[in-house]
Amino acid sequence: MTTSQIIKQNQTGAFDVEIVRKDFPLLKRMVHGKPLVYLDNAATSQKPLSVIEAIDRYYSEENANIHRGVHWLSERATEAYENARARIARYINAAKPQEVIITRGTTESINLVAFSWGWKNLRDGDEVLISAMEHHSNIVPWQMICARTGAKLRVIPVSDNGEILLYEYRNLLNPKTRIVAVTHVSNVLGTVNPVSEMIQWAHENGSLFLLDGAQSIPHMDANMRELDCDFFAFSGHKLFGPTGIGVLYGKFALLDEMDPYQGGGDMIRSVTFEKTIYNSVPHKFEAGTPHIAGGIGLGEAIAYLEKLNRHAAEIHETNLLHYGESLLRQIPGVRIIGNAKEKAGAISFLMDGVHPHDIGTILDQEGIAIRTGHHCCQPLMERFGIPATARASLAFYNSREDLDALAEALGKVRDIFH
Amino acid sequence: MSDLRDLYQEVILDHSKNPRNFRKCETANRTAVGYNPLCGDKMTLFLTVENGIVTDASFQGSGCAISTASASMMTESLKGKTEKEADELFQQFQNMVTAPMDQEPDTEALGKLRVFAGVREFPARVKCASLAWHTLEAAIHGESDEPVSTE
Repeated sequence: MTTSQIIKQNQTGAFDVEIVRKDFPLLKRMVHGKPLVYLDNAATSQKPLSVIEAIDRYYSEENANIHRGVHWLSERATEAYENARARIARYINAAKPQEVIITRGTTESINLVAFSWGWKNLRDGDEVLISAMEHHSNIVPWQMICARTGAKLRVIPVSDNGEILLYEYRNLLNPKTRIVAVTHVSNVLGTVNPVSEMIQWAHENGSLFLLDGAQSIPHMDANMRELDCDFFAFSGHKLFGPTGIGVLYGKFALLDEMDPYQGGGDMIRSVTFEKTIYNSVPHKFEAGTPHIAGGIGLGEAIAYLEKLNRHAAEIHETNLLHYGESLLRQIPGVRIIGNAKEKAGAISFLMDGVHPHDIGTILDQEGIAIRTGHHCCQPLMERFGIPATARASLAFYNSREDLDALAEALGKVRDIFH
Repeated sequence: MSDLRDLYQEVILDHSKNPRNFRKCETANRTAVGYNPLCGDKMTLFLTVENGIVTDASFQGSGCAISTASASMMTESLKGKTEKEADELFQQFQNMVTAPMDQEPDTEALGKLRVFAGVREFPARVKCASLAWHTLEAAIHGESDEPVSTE
């Protein structure tokens, strides 16, 4: 995207952030007497009114258990839930709706693969390959399954800029590498990893590839058939939907071969005390009554995104990211952590002589919500030799004014501490 | 509205930038490690206790302004105190930073440490202020070798 294209897009009014903001009721609120500036989208996003209303409508008009009732309400609820699954499948360009397993979130999605696929397929001496910029949710499940199977967890290092070292990746791939599990976008550094290339290399090596899409899908296309990853995990609440709901995409043939993750109702075809026959994909991975309202809410969030000019929204966000970084660089003593060529969503930074936690408190008093801490990436913090960062993270409903407010408030932080 | 000046008072900023007793003590006979997993703050406290009296207190570690200043001022206040008096200080400090806003906790023994009263208005920061004190309790009572956590 060239600068002139960006300007042209803006001039044509293809994306008007002020109009979009009106769809998100929470963005109107005041915090500590100041208008809220919400820059913690990598932790969770705000919800459009249409999502809030869909959840309300489900409980007011359609609430019933799904997949088993013969009554009218149960049929309505089942239809709404399965429509949401189909919509999610279309949005991520899955080959069929059965490839979409509805989970509690990214964490559960990754655990499902680690325990269901891993328990069946990992053997003593096999290797699982992750990167140094993974969230704890893409580290710990693998550690747990490795401990049980005797497989070994290996880690692709990252550069000082915050990019995966591709030549190290190539060297680490070997015949023992059964699966590669890497994040699409880093929640701390904002790095967009070159996943197309990485997935292709893994496949050439005979390894599967799990892509952690929690931080990518809110900012860019997630096209399963184009990416060709074997598994893709994401959370509804970071994608403008409800909490407690998420998705595991998996290639059908793989899912079909895998054993269930949990046992219970809904995941069976028949049960006797001697033998249980499991239900088909995706239901064999969805034991128990699911978060029906959450699934419907996530479907509605995707319906909202489909109506947006996603391309223009993406350009708007990229412009914002560059604008925010340029503002922060002008503040003496501020250092950005993560300077990859391709970035999306997050700007992590440090300020000389001020701990991120203190920055967070002072910004909060200005009505500005950012995240401070290790962001569930303790090994990455160690890699950079820092205890924590302050992180501003964006969504398409953020504006330049939000970032101006951030920069101004960081000036106040300096005034207090210097 | 809570006021930042209540939290970041001059004396707190001073102690955070120039922490007192910020050193390892080889001769300490009580040590403990405190850890706040939420923000990554970590500190080691070194106490020398002779005949039930704290004769030296120092610390090392990394943390935010509040936790560093709290550790710095705590070590200053401990010297010459008996273990029982140190326990009482801990209790009063905890009460001061956690008491409901409509109560006026007893802070008489706290002296200079009263500057941390403002922390009460910032619930997310109470753990920062009390990390050093929890570590002190662990050092005095020495229940476990595990780092004491604020969680």
